[in-house]
Formats: sequence, structure tokens, C-alpha cells
Amino acid sequence: MIPVTETFRMALRALRRNTLRSILTALGIIIGVAAVVAMVSIGEGAKGRIRSQIEGAGTNVILVFSGSSNSGGMRGGMGSQPTITWDDVRAMQSELTAVRAVAPLTRMMTQAISETQTWTTTVYGTTADYFVIRNWDIAAGSGLSASDVAGATKNVVIGRTVADKLFGVGVDPLGQVIRIRNAPYTVIGVLAKKGQGGMGDDQDDAIFVPVSAFQARIQGGLGQFVRGPVYVSAMTSEAIEPARAQIASLLRERHRLAADAEDDFSTTTMAEMTGIFTSAMSTLTNLLAAIALVSLVVGGIGVMNIMLVSVTERTREIGIRMAVGAQPGDILRQFLIESLTLAAIGGAIGVLLGLGIANLVAAAFGWSMLARTDIILMALGVSAGVGVIFGLYPALKASRLDPIAALRYE
Amino acid sequence: MALLELRGIGKIYQSGDTEFAALHDVDLDIERGEFVAVTGSSGSGKSTLMNILGCLDTPSRGTFKIDGRDVSQLSRIELASIRNEFIGFIFQSFNLLARTSAVENVELPLIYAGVSGAERRRRALEALERVGLAHRAQHQPSQLSGGQQQRVAIARALVTRPPLILADEPTGNLDSVTSVEIMKFLAELRSSGITVVFVTHEHDIAAFAARELALRDGAIIRDERRAGVSK
Repeated sequence: MIPVTETFRMALRALRRNTLRSILTALGIIIGVAAVVAMVSIGEGAKGRIRSQIEGAGTNVILVFSGSSNSGGMRGGMGSQPTITWDDVRAMQSELTAVRAVAPLTRMMTQAISETQTWTTTVYGTTADYFVIRNWDIAAGSGLSASDVAGATKNVVIGRTVADKLFGVGVDPLGQVIRIRNAPYTVIGVLAKKGQGGMGDDQDDAIFVPVSAFQARIQGGLGQFVRGPVYVSAMTSEAIEPARAQIASLLRERHRLAADAEDDFSTTTMAEMTGIFTSAMSTLTNLLAAIALVSLVVGGIGVMNIMLVSVTERTREIGIRMAVGAQPGDILRQFLIESLTLAAIGGAIGVLLGLGIANLVAAAFGWSMLARTDIILMALGVSAGVGVIFGLYPALKASRLDPIAALRYE
Repeated sequence: MALLELRGIGKIYQSGDTEFAALHDVDLDIERGEFVAVTGSSGSGKSTLMNILGCLDTPSRGTFKIDGRDVSQLSRIELASIRNEFIGFIFQSFNLLARTSAVENVELPLIYAGVSGAERRRRALEALERVGLAHRAQHQPSQLSGGQQQRVAIARALVTRPPLILADEPTGNLDSVTSVEIMKFLAELRSSGITVVFVTHEHDIAAFAARELALRDGAIIRDERRAGVSK
């Protein structure tokens, strides 16, 4: 048996002898591998971005909603029937050891009017703690204070998008007046830019008013229930689940639920939401990768086709090699390594191409791709495997040629 | 002991129900350093004999010994090793690898003999030198004349230093001047103890040989020794 390095050198020489054909043959593999690598890298990048966006919503955040999470089997029921009261919110804040801060968030889509512009945006009613929970800094002016909430003042804090739309880019909005539902509000602060949210929404397109003012003037009626989610932040990331349990037992107790009754509220953590999004994303990515894998198999068939042609074309060469002492095994290995090399080189080019495509696509969408080493190695392994599997039959065929007939082949 | 020893060699081809005996009961001894021509019309069995001598085919009957070793029932793998070690082939159509330099063509048998890179190149160049083509080592077959190509093929046959050279119509594709050149070269190999057996259907080419085997209908009908190549 001749050394494998020698066989590799022969394979490379044979492939170089037919450079164009080799490239065209490898193209199937190149495209297949590039598709797999690009799909996965883009998908992973998207996943990473969604994760960071959701996690950017705040640290150790738990969302508490009114209504059961599965009333009537529908999650959409959450919050539709308010069950959490203002007293519940205060109790969560004061009684629970694992909870750092609690803030309600009510919202309404409405028009905001400045002296020169009108802009439809979302108005939120909340407390100062909301910005703490979400790690959201004030860029200019000041934030909502406890006295703003206590006194239901007409002070607002606005997001960067609202500031630009209502007052124009570069204009200082502090002290300016915004009319919401015919009442004038004074801008006391502008929030730092937060960017896109987990759902692709613009988080800076928002106006925040004291929750008391929201209840009194925007939503109407000072109901006892919180009409919106309650943001809770746990003391530490380890405290998230304990805080959740404390919230649940507190609310069950305060709502006087029987032991066998279902919760009339639901809690979810950012980790859960991240999980839902990323698993949906993973399913999509895997599906696309599977489709791409099929094209890799098609590429393999291309390799087999060309290797068969090559064996026929080189029948005489095989005859000569056999005459001078090549054993059937030598011929088998020669052709096998040739198709393996072809497929592996195609795979390597495909990986580079796929990463390039992923980079371009991700850049176009404004995020960065994430190359997964395991997928890249797998793609290389699969293409090499494709080379061996689809090269096996042609190689066997070559090794079984009768040297006399092969030498006479025209 | 003769280099080649054939006893009762027969070869039967089967196609469907009909059997065809290409060779029957051939007894033959060829000594070291002999220069033998095999002649006969097509269908006389000379190709079959050459295939068996070349270990490309095995006989249906009888025993065939090379250098005392019985090779008549060896497997394909074993036959490949025997060919590599004992036999150099020369073909009518040269059978060089296209788009491959002369020296690489000559190296080919050494690859399968397991000779490593530098040593292989050295021996290949040495063989090219012997056939007077050292200066054409990097040329590809298409850049060489027919006579030069055949000399590269001879270098390839000699490079493993085999005791036996088998040539199938070595001058079939060459003009008469070049043919004489090639035959003289082959005749000179006798002095280094190499046995050369060649097939030809041309009398003046057969005349170079010191022994002529004439075949007809699968049997040797004439085996004559003579002075051979005219000095």
C-alpha cells in the first residue's frame, strides 16, 4: 500500500489537471455548505440579537399580569380581566424580601401635540422605579419622582424619538409643553436612546407620565385595579425564582384563592420570553439548515456523476497504473481520496462563502452574525463524508477494472 | 533455472455456452538475458500468451513460474506485486500518462513499489539518462516525438530494474528509422541480463531477436534460435 500523502498528492495533481471541471463539480458542495453555514450563522445572530434585546428590557425582571395564564386555554386572556390592585402592588413592594422594585405600566396609544407637530405615540403611566428596573437612564433633565406620582403632576419624561418628532432634531425639549387628550404636560426629562425592543418596536417612541396622572386624566377613573403589567425586579438573578414564588403566594393570599383554585394572575420572566423567541428561531434555523443540507446531497450526486465520467475517461490511465503494479486497493484509494479532496475543498470554500454571505445579510439587517464552530465543523465533516460516500461507487468501479481491457480502452 | 517456465499452459475463454481455447498445452522455457520475438497472425494466441507472461491474466490450466515462483493461481493483488517487481511493460501506443512530465511518468512504477520522493526522482532521472532523454525530463508526452515517447516508456519499464521486459508491438507506431533505433536499444538490454520478449508481426523487426516463437491456433508451431541482431 502506498502512503496516503502520496495518494493525496496524486489527487491534487489530477484535480488541477481539470481545474474548471473540478471547480464546477465542487460548486454543488460549495453552495450546499455555504447555504448551511450562512443559514445557521444568520439565525444564530438573530437569536443572539433577540436575546440581548429582551434581556436589555431590564435585569432580573419578572412581569406580573392580571388574569390566568391559561384561562380558557388562551394566553391572550392575560390582563384582560384586571385582578391586581394598587394595594397588591404596594404589598409586593413592601412585603417581599426577594423583590427590589415594583412598577406598574399602563399604556395607551394616543396623539401627542406640540406647538408645531402632532405625533401618534404610546403614552405610559408608571413610577420612578420603572426606569430603575429597566436600567433606563435619563439623558437630559430629570426623571419622574415620587412626588410626581403622589401628586399626579402633569410632568412627563419622553423618549428620543418623540422628542425628535414633536420638537425637531437638535431642539431642547426640556420645559416644552405637550398636549395629550387636551391637557398640557411639561417635559421634565428626555430618556437615553434604547433602540429596538424585542418585538422590533421602537422603545424610544414613548411618553411616560406619572401613573396617577395617567389614571386620572388619560385612562379615566381612579379604579382600584392596575390596567397593565407590573414590572418587578428581583434582588439578584438567583432571586428571580424565589421572588416569583413570593409574588404568587402573596397574590393568592391577598386574592383569597382557595387551595385548588387557579391563579388569577400570571408571571413570566425575561428568561422565559427569551426562551420562547429563541426556540422559535431555532426551529426556523434548523428547518432552513435541513433544506440547505439537501442541496449538499445534490452536490454529492454531482461529485459522483463527475467521478464516474472521470473513471471512464481515465480507464487507460487506470490500466497503465495497474500494469506497472497498482493494486486494486491503490486505485480505489486514489479515486476515493480524489473525490474526498474535491468535496473537502468545496466544503472549505463553502464555509468561507457562507460566513461572507451571513456577514453581508446580518449587516444589512443591522445585527452581527454568529458563526457556530460546531456547525462549521459539521458542514466540513458532512461534505467530506459526501465525498467519500458518493466517491465510493466510482472508485470501486475503477478498482475492479480488468487491466487488459483497460489498457485496450480507446 | 529458467526465468520463465510454462508447463501445459492452457487458456479457455467462455462466452455463453461456447468455449474457446486461446492457448492449449504450451510448454516453454525462457532463460535470463534471452531476446525473444513472438509472432503469429491475429487470433493465434500471442496476445493471450503475452497477457499470461505479463501476469495480467492467469492461465486456466498448467503452471507458470517466474524465477521459480509459481504465479499461475495468484490473486489480483499478488499479481500486481509480481508485475511491479518482475516485469516492465512497453506498449505499441506508448501508454504514457497525458499532461504528466516524462520524469513523473517514469516514476510511476516506483510509487507503487513504495519508493519515497527523492530516491524516486533520482532513479527516474537515471532511467531517463539511460535512454538518452535526461534533457527532456520535464517535457510532457505531447511535446515529445513518437520515438522519444517510446524511450520514456522504456525508461519507465526499466526503472524498477525488472528481470523481464514485455513489449507489445513496440515499433507499431514508429517509422522505420526510429523502429531500428528502439529495437537496437532493446537488444542491448541483453548485456545487463534483462530478458526481453516482444510481439511483432513484422519480419524485419522479428529478425532482431535471437529466438523466435511462432504461434498458430493457440500453440507454438516454431521455436527457433539464431544469431539475432546484426551488429
